[in-house]
Amino acid sequence: MQEVQETMTDSGTVSTPGTAGARAENPAALANEKPVKIKSRDVNVFYGEAHALKHVDLDIRQHEVTSLIGPSGCGKSTYLRCINRMNDVIDGCRVEGSIEMDGEDVYDPKLDVVQLRARVGMVFQKPNPFPKSIYDNIAYGPRIHGIGSTKSEMDEIVQGSLQRAGLWEEVKDRMDTPGTGLSGGQQQRLCIARAIAVNPEVILMDEPCSALDPIATAKIEELIDELRQNFTIVIVTHSMQQAARVSQRTAFFHLGILVETDETEQIFTNPKDQRTQDYITGRFG
Amino acid sequence: MGISVILLVMLGLTVAGYLLGTRQALVVTGHNPHQLHSLPSYHGLYLASWVLLPALIVMAIWLIAEPHVAELRLVANLPDGFSQRSFDEQRLLIGDIQARALGGIVSGALDPAFQAAGEAYAGTLAASRWVMIAVMLALMVGGGLIALRQVRPDMRARNRVEKTASVIMIVASTIAIMTTVGIIFSLLFETGRFFSKVPITEFLFGTQWSPQIALRADQVGSSGAFGAIPLFAGTLLITLIAMCVAVPIGLFSAIYMSEYAGKRVRASAKPVLEILAGVPTVVYGFFAALTVAPFFRNTGESIGLTVSSESALAAGIVMGIMIIPFVSSLSDDVMNAVPQSLRDGAYALGATKAETVRQVILPAALPGIVGSVLLAVSRAVGETMIVVMAAGLAANLTANPLEAVTTVTVQIVTLLVGDQEFDSAKTLAAFALGLTLFFVTLCLNVIALNVVRKYREKYD
Repeated sequence: MQEVQETMTDSGTVSTPGTAGARAENPAALANEKPVKIKSRDVNVFYGEAHALKHVDLDIRQHEVTSLIGPSGCGKSTYLRCINRMNDVIDGCRVEGSIEMDGEDVYDPKLDVVQLRARVGMVFQKPNPFPKSIYDNIAYGPRIHGIGSTKSEMDEIVQGSLQRAGLWEEVKDRMDTPGTGLSGGQQQRLCIARAIAVNPEVILMDEPCSALDPIATAKIEELIDELRQNFTIVIVTHSMQQAARVSQRTAFFHLGILVETDETEQIFTNPKDQRTQDYITGRFG
Repeated sequence: MGISVILLVMLGLTVAGYLLGTRQALVVTGHNPHQLHSLPSYHGLYLASWVLLPALIVMAIWLIAEPHVAELRLVANLPDGFSQRSFDEQRLLIGDIQARALGGIVSGALDPAFQAAGEAYAGTLAASRWVMIAVMLALMVGGGLIALRQVRPDMRARNRVEKTASVIMIVASTIAIMTTVGIIFSLLFETGRFFSKVPITEFLFGTQWSPQIALRADQVGSSGAFGAIPLFAGTLLITLIAMCVAVPIGLFSAIYMSEYAGKRVRASAKPVLEILAGVPTVVYGFFAALTVAPFFRNTGESIGLTVSSESALAAGIVMGIMIIPFVSSLSDDVMNAVPQSLRDGAYALGATKAETVRQVILPAALPGIVGSVLLAVSRAVGETMIVVMAAGLAANLTANPLEAVTTVTVQIVTLLVGDQEFDSAKTLAAFALGLTLFFVTLCLNVIALNVVRKYREKYD
């Protein structure tokens, strides 16, 4: 556990590009291109007989926001859930191909999924705070990973996570009230704070704003932009404006196929594929 | 003519009324049902209810009133000497006369005057029956004709039928509620009579239970004692043992079924567990008395313990097995009601399955689990057959599960089994025990249902 924590601190604080592993994997990286954090090759996902995700090759770069867009049922959430192996809990779901994080195979049978999920946090579509106090919601992750053994350390982690999620000022006087009593936007920021409390390297967000009003959405987007300094973020979104606003890189999925991936600006101004062009101009989806 | 024949005739006439109403609705519109406000079948139902309901109501009132009216006439016919007799003698004599007139068993020879009155009485009853049939036929035909004349295209038969149906439903539910209220009042009334013979403090706080009444003053053991504490303690002990079996097994199997088992295992395991609830309690009873209790006694003897052959342990454990499905099935349901998003949230933070269950699912489902346990307790407290067969009759005040104890339900059964006089403290004690039991289980059920309901609102 100590070891994990150290690597987390490393990647969490280093803001200049590149850990050694990632650089070795990606020798062709240009000077302005950040190193690859997660490398997927020929990823296929099956739900029973249905082939949900087909031959996906995708690189996700460190300290960038990568957005996954595409019409409903195109496989973007499925891909997201492959990264922290949340598909494991779904009956009849089978993942093929390789997903590597810092050169380590995520689907290596020797890899402990608990430690993987400590390194890859996740925020869901609908805010899902536990029916516990705000404090316990944040402290839940650190407790199960044995981080923050003393009360004061835990207080620090909780306060720090809430501050980074921009929620501290709003809730500092009612840490003992249930997390389910907050407003929708606050609940979602609580869930983000809960995810960053275990100091992950990657944060996956599955349509984090789809249940929120525009003002709460703006706050979350602002927060995502700040979090980019310390975390690698992958966000699934239905809103192309949101993808354009928050992400540096965009991947367009259609019918389980990764159609196109490029810098966000490129995708929205000069898409190479006709399907991408049709989707972003609103011809389908 | 018997009542069943009358009912058959009524049924036939009602069906005829329905068909007639349906046909009439078509006839008045010249076979063009679009002109009707209501469908023809509603006109049929309307006519049928006019045929059936007034006659049915009159018949019910008639059958209730008939014996009383006939008896009043009988008493009026009796010779003058009758009214000088005591009330009990009067009742006895009337009983004899009625029995003679209707062909029952008579206690002795009857005075010719009474004999004559009896014959008049039988004549009254027979005449009354024929009058009733005549009145009912008249009502059915009359009601049918009234309704038949009302069949017009603009008649709102549908609304009236709906109204009648709702009244019938109100009457049905009122009967159910009034029966419950009647049971409660009967319990209260008889309990009041008991407490007029035995002080309530002795019943609630006495530690001696030996419910017998002396026939003679010098009889051995003539002093009855009605302290119910040993019964409450015995019930509590057996319930406690039952819960010690049912709560862990039920809860763990619920956790397994809702969190660990695959869909197919769950689909087959849950009904199998619920079969346990469908086994008749008398089967559990002889299982406890013939298999479990001797096993405990023999095992106890072999390690040098004195185990009663009707130990609280045996009855409690078998009862616990019986109520496992109450705990497991309800707990399984409430754990399934915990949203999947909470599980996802915990898994995504790196929680293992056991951590998720312990720290997220169980706290979220706790109110529902508490509710299911309380329902199981109230079931255990009121359970009768297992304890009648497997628990003892001796009212020992003990906390030792290896000894025989008795429960409230067992004592109610033994107090009322056999020939009893129904105004002695002994039999009336059963009502007091019944009321106490009713009160306890009612409270437990109310609390349990409230807890469960509160929980349900949480995720809606």
